[in-house]
Amino acid sequence: MGAYLVRRLLLALPTMAIVYTMAFLLVHATPGGPWDNAEKPLAPQVIENIRLKFHLNEPLWSQYLLYLRDALHGSLGPSYVNTSRDVSEIIGDFFPVSLQLGTVAMLFAIALGIPLGTLAAVYRNTPVDYAAMGMVVMGISLPNYVLATILVTVLAVLLHWLPTGGWGGVMDIRVIIPAVAIGFRPATTLARFLRASLLDVLGQDYIRTARAKGLSGRGVVIRHALRNALVPIATVSGILVADVITGSFFVETITRVPGIGRYFVTATTGRDYPVLLALALLFGVVIVTMNILVDLTYAVLDPQVRYG
Amino acid sequence: MAVGGAALLAVVGLTAISAPVSAPFRYDRQDLFATYHAPTHAHWAGTDALGRDVLSRLMYGARVSMSVGVATAALVLAMGVPVGLTAGYFGGTFDLLLMRVVDIVFAIPFLLLVVLLQTFFTAYLPTIRHGPLVWLRVLNHDTGGVTAIVMALALVGWLDVARVARGQVLSLRHREFVLAAKSLGAVDRHVMGIHLLPNIAAPIIVMATLLIPGFIIAEAGLSFLGLGVQPPVPSWGTMIAEGIDSIESYPRLVIAPGLALAATLLSLNFVGDGLRDALDPAGER
Repeated sequence: MGAYLVRRLLLALPTMAIVYTMAFLLVHATPGGPWDNAEKPLAPQVIENIRLKFHLNEPLWSQYLLYLRDALHGSLGPSYVNTSRDVSEIIGDFFPVSLQLGTVAMLFAIALGIPLGTLAAVYRNTPVDYAAMGMVVMGISLPNYVLATILVTVLAVLLHWLPTGGWGGVMDIRVIIPAVAIGFRPATTLARFLRASLLDVLGQDYIRTARAKGLSGRGVVIRHALRNALVPIATVSGILVADVITGSFFVETITRVPGIGRYFVTATTGRDYPVLLALALLFGVVIVTMNILVDLTYAVLDPQVRYG
Repeated sequence: MAVGGAALLAVVGLTAISAPVSAPFRYDRQDLFATYHAPTHAHWAGTDALGRDVLSRLMYGARVSMSVGVATAALVLAMGVPVGLTAGYFGGTFDLLLMRVVDIVFAIPFLLLVVLLQTFFTAYLPTIRHGPLVWLRVLNHDTGGVTAIVMALALVGWLDVARVARGQVLSLRHREFVLAAKSLGAVDRHVMGIHLLPNIAAPIIVMATLLIPGFIIAEAGLSFLGLGVQPPVPSWGTMIAEGIDSIESYPRLVIAPGLALAATLLSLNFVGDGLRDALDPAGER
């Protein structure tokens, strides 16, 4: 297990290196910056000073290495827009909020998706299945920004059950709308894959054996089938995490959650390229870490998997 | 379901094509004395914060959504199919390289990459002053930024098509009809173009149809964030974003474009599923 973990971490390095190179080149190839204002141009000397300050006059490869060295030391450089602050500080402020929201959204996705997929498989080709699959189609067709605005309109504006936005931590009721809006699509993805996987497992011989020895239908499904059906589901969690991250761009903006997704959007419109670069790296790290964690949970779910 | 979806899609498509003629008003015609009107005889879907006709803006919005969807799908097919076909057919280093790139790009959220690329194109395209690519700047300017979005989406999306095309070719290239063609002396290009391409066309078309909703969601999403189509050109995403400012008093300004978007995406998915059942019975369910 330990050796496997080390190998996985080493394999993640080239991936991260390529993510960094792509993001770096893209960000540095993009012309201009927040100081390019067509209506109020800055004096050439001021722009020259800014360029000196951010090392923009040095050759690209030297900037590439400088930034990499700093990033490995945990310093992601200053923001172009918020010049008094370091990007690392900004991430420290905003990322925990998104992490909390993302966790709640993921728990919601699991709490909705697993029962939904199980019911659809057990009651295959009945109205229960059709209703569940109808929700799956909605999850695919309804972008999270539309879902979030519908939830705000109905639950907050019309019914006054919840506030329209804001943030007060995971125990605050204001977490409900953004978490549901972000988690709905992952929930339906989970349900769709679980249904397929469970149908496969339910046709296996050992399920017939379990039924034949007199176990109740529920016991068979939960104790024997679901446990095995969940293993292949773990592979889709990469998609789910990506959904949660991109979902945060929209939903945090709509529901005014002070998270990193909303900050990413602000940085994009404000052309704050160091922040874009840093956040691209951050999202890359989150996804690579999640994928490693998922592979490790395989071993817990499926005793046949042994890592050497 | 698929028939209903196709019918709705036909309506959206016709609206998109005919919007300059059939829309009752110009999308940017303001009437500051008639803001936030409820639906009336003159304005079937009411007016927005600047007194612009919501129905006309929805119709022009269909134009943006549909052209992004169709143009991107055409581009990803044009890039992905030849690359996937060649990689799958010849294998070797090129194939390995392609698969490495696919693995890495798939590890990054689609929309994150698209945002970075779109930011780049939006800043870069207007700086093209001379050379053979000037038409891109003009096109991007005339379409209110749609060109930059299509380029960003296609540059990420084609890998998906290449991956699937490669997989299809891998499963076919040792089949008898390929061997027969080769033993009759067919050159590689002939085998790929005449024998393999028609056989992988069905699953690829189905896949392209199912990719279109994703492209439309991404465009509306970018526009929603203020990164995509530039005002006053109406995108459904921009309309939702503008409507949010007055969501407490006039929720219909958000609901109308949201419904248009959801209905279009839903019918695209139905049509895609229908196509899959019809063309690709063995495909993944």
